[in-house]
Amino acid sequence: MSVLAVKNLSKAFGGVQAVRDVSFAVAAGELLAMIGPNGAGKTTCFDLLNGQLAPDAGEIEFEGRSLRGLAPREIWRLGVGRTFQITATFGSMTVRENVQMALLSHHRRLSSLFSLAAKRYRGEADALLARVGMRDQAERPCAVLAYGDLKRVELAIALANQPRLLLMDEPTAGMAPGERGELMQLAADLARGSKIAVLFTEHDMDVVFTHADRIVVLSGGELIAQGSPQEVRAHAAVREVYLGSYA
Amino acid sequence: MTYSSILIQFLNGLASASSLFLVAAGLSLIFGVTRIVNFAHGSLYMLGMYVAVGLAGQIGFWWSVPLAALAVAGFGALVEALLLRRIYGAPELLQALATFALVLVVKDYTLWQWGPEDILGPRAPGLDGAVTIAGNRFPEYDLFLIAFGPLVLAALWLLLKRTRWGTLVRAATQDREMASALGVNQRWLFTSVFTLGACLAGLGGALQIPREPATLLIDLSVVVDAFVVVVIGGLGSIPGAFVAAFLIAEIKAFCIGLGYSTLTLVIEFIVMAVVLVIRPWGLFGRKPVLPRGPGAIERPLTPPSRTVIAALVAVTAALALLPLAYGGYTLVLMVDILIFALFAVSLHFIMGPGGLHSFGHAAYFGLGAYGAGLLAVRAGAPMEVSLAFAPLLAGLGALVFGWFCVRLSGVYLTMLTLAFAQIIWSIVFQWDDFTGGSNGIVGLWPAPWLASKTAYYYLTLVSCVAAIALLWRVLYSPFGYALRAARDSPTRADAIGMDVRQLQWAGFAVAGLFAGIAGALYAFSKGSISPETMAVSRSVDGLVIVLLGGIQTLTGPVWGAALFTWLQDTMARNIDYWRAVIGAVILLLVLAFPQGITGFVAERLEQRRT
Repeated sequence: MSVLAVKNLSKAFGGVQAVRDVSFAVAAGELLAMIGPNGAGKTTCFDLLNGQLAPDAGEIEFEGRSLRGLAPREIWRLGVGRTFQITATFGSMTVRENVQMALLSHHRRLSSLFSLAAKRYRGEADALLARVGMRDQAERPCAVLAYGDLKRVELAIALANQPRLLLMDEPTAGMAPGERGELMQLAADLARGSKIAVLFTEHDMDVVFTHADRIVVLSGGELIAQGSPQEVRAHAAVREVYLGSYA
Repeated sequence: MTYSSILIQFLNGLASASSLFLVAAGLSLIFGVTRIVNFAHGSLYMLGMYVAVGLAGQIGFWWSVPLAALAVAGFGALVEALLLRRIYGAPELLQALATFALVLVVKDYTLWQWGPEDILGPRAPGLDGAVTIAGNRFPEYDLFLIAFGPLVLAALWLLLKRTRWGTLVRAATQDREMASALGVNQRWLFTSVFTLGACLAGLGGALQIPREPATLLIDLSVVVDAFVVVVIGGLGSIPGAFVAAFLIAEIKAFCIGLGYSTLTLVIEFIVMAVVLVIRPWGLFGRKPVLPRGPGAIERPLTPPSRTVIAALVAVTAALALLPLAYGGYTLVLMVDILIFALFAVSLHFIMGPGGLHSFGHAAYFGLGAYGAGLLAVRAGAPMEVSLAFAPLLAGLGALVFGWFCVRLSGVYLTMLTLAFAQIIWSIVFQWDDFTGGSNGIVGLWPAPWLASKTAYYYLTLVSCVAAIALLWRVLYSPFGYALRAARDSPTRADAIGMDVRQLQWAGFAVAGLFAGIAGALYAFSKGSISPETMAVSRSVDGLVIVLLGGIQTLTGPVWGAALFTWLQDTMARNIDYWRAVIGAVILLLVLAFPQGITGFVAERLEQRRT
C-alpha cells in the first residue's frame, strides 16, 4: 500500500492554473523524484502537500488519511518530515539543540517550564546527528555551519519524529556538485534502511537519475509522465519538454 | 443631532484631518523609504508650531508658516545627515530609540527657548472671521485648512507619480533591497525624503497655531496620533494616510458632537485595533517584502558560567547587606531600581527571546499597580492579598490583548501593543468613580510589618530577585527554547509541530504577569498611583532600559535598569534640562555601542580571551 497518495490535485492562483489534475503515489522505502522545468508546478505541489497551501480540488492521503485542511504542524505530527529548499534552522542554537527542539516537540514536552531543555533527549539527538555524520559538530552554533552541513542538520531534524514520509524540496540546491551526490546517497540510505517513503524535487538530473526509484514529470502544472528512470528518459513528451522540439 | 450640526461636525473633522494628514504623510514617507520609526516626528510638528508662533509676531502669520516649515525641514536634514545616516544598519528598535532620544532633546530645547507656558498663536489675517453655514458660524480659517489637505495630497501624488524622484521613493518603499541593488543613490534619497517629511510635519504644526496654543505636551500626542493614522492607512501609503486621517478626525469630531468627548482618547486606538485584526497591513498597505537571506544572527543563549552565577549571587548578597550601611533615600532609590529591573527583564523576555517587540508593556505594569490599588482601596483587601492577586489582573490583560497581538508581526504588532496600552490608559484615566481618574488612587500603604523603608526594601529585593531568577530559568526550559525557536525561524518551528502563535501567546501572558508583579510592588512603594504609571513614556522607559543594557544579553536589562533609574533620578534632582542630558546620553550610547552596554562589555571580554 502506498504511504502517500495524491489524487486529482488542482490549484489555481487567480487565472493561472499552477497544478492541474495531478495524481501519483509513493510507497514505503521508495524514492520518488518530482521533476519539471521552472514553473512546472513543483513548488506549488509541495506547498499543497505540506499544508502551506490549500488545494482547490483533489485529495492528498497519507496512510489512508486525508491531509486536506491540516496545518503544517499537524501534518508533521502525523509522521511527515520535511526539509526546505533554503535551509531553515534555529540560528541562536547549537546543532544539537536544533535536533533537541524537534525531539522535545515530538515528545510533546514544549510547554515544560522547569526542566533544562539542553539536557533533554541529548542522547537521542546525538544518535540522530551521528546518522547524518554531524555528531562531531553538535556543539557548534547553527549560524556558523557550512551550507552542506546545514542540510545534514535539517535531515537529522526531519528524522526526529520517525517519519514514514519525507518531503525534500530541492535537497541539494546551493551545494557543490560533489556534495550533492553524497547528501542524496545519505538520504537514500536512511530512507531505504528505515522504510521511509521519500518525495523530492531536484534540478540536478544526475542526482535524480542516480537515486530515484521512480520519477514523475510535471510541465505546465500537469503530470506528463511517470515511471522508472529508464522509462522517463525514453519518454517522448519528457524529451520534448526538456530538449525542445529539436530532439 | 440636527442636519446642520451634523454638517458642522463633519466640517470640523475635515479641518482637523488636514493637519493630521500632513504629519502622517511625512511619517509614512520616512518609514516607507528608510524603515525608521521616527518618534521625533511629533517633535518636528511641535517645533513648527513654536517657530511659527515666534516668527508670526515679527513678520506676520502668512510668512511665518512657510518659513517655519523650511526651518524644520533644515533641522530634519541636519538630523538625517548627522545622526540617522550613522544608524541605518542598526536594528530597527535601536533606531527608534535614537529618535526617541531626539524627542527628549527637542523638548528641552523648546522649553529653554520658549519657556514652559503654552503660547497662543495669532489669528490668520484675512481669514479671521467666520462664515454662516446652515445657520452655524464656522471659522473661515478652518475652511482654508479643509481645502489645504487635499491640495497637499494632490501635490504629493504628482511628486510621487510624475517625477523621477517619486519613482525612486516608490521603488524604495516597495522593495528597498532591490532599489539599492539597481543603483539608487540611497544617501541622497534618504536625506531628501527625511527633509520632506520634516517639512510636512513643520508645516502641519505651523498651520495649526491659529487653532490651538503651542504646548510642550503636543509632541508625543501628535506622534501617537500620526502612528495610528499611518498604521490604519498602511505603512508607506500616502492615500492611505489621507483616508485614515479623514476617518480618525471624523470619528473624533462626531464623538465630541454626540457628547461622548471622553471617547476621543480611546476611539482611534479601537479603530486601529479593529483594522489591524481585519486587515493586518492597514487599509491601503500591502504585505511587506521580507528582507532576503538569513536575518540578523542572534547570539546563542549559553547557560551562565559559574563565574557569572557567582557574580550574580555576590551582587544579591551585597544588596541584602545594603541596609546595614545605607538608609533613607538610597533604599528608596534601590526599591525603584529593583522594580524597574523586574519590569525590564519581563519586557526583555518577550522582546528578546520572544521576538515580539512590545511598545505597550507599561499596560501590564499599570494593571498590576491598579490591581493592587483597587483591591486594597476599593475592596479593602489586606496588602498581602492585594500584592499576591494584582499580577493576575496583569496576566489576564496580557492574555486577552496578546491573543490579538500574536496574529500580527513586525511594526504592526508593535503598534497594536501600543494601541492596547493606550486603551487601558484612557479607561483608567476616564473612569473617575472606579479608578480615580487623573488623580489616581491614594492612600496605599504597606501592612504595618512592612511599613519601614528597610522592611519594604527586603520585600522588594526578595520578590524581584526571585521573579527575575524564575524568568531567566524559564528561558532555559523547553518552553523558553521553544519561544526562541519560534523567533529564529517560524517556518521551521511550524514544520516540527510547534504552534507558534500559541507559544508566543503564552510568552506574552507570562511577560505581562511578571510586569504586573513589578507594578504591584511599585504601587505600595509609592503610596499612590496615577494613570502616569502606565503612560506611553513608561513603555518607552522600559525599551530604553532593555536596549541600553543590550537585548542580546540576559543580564543586560538589570544593569540597564540600574543605570537608567539612577541617571534619571540624579539628573531630575540636579539639572534643569535633565531630559536633554538623558537624550544626549542615549544618542551617544546608540552611536558608540549599538549592541548595548552589556553586549559591548561581553564582546570586549571575548576579544580579550581569544
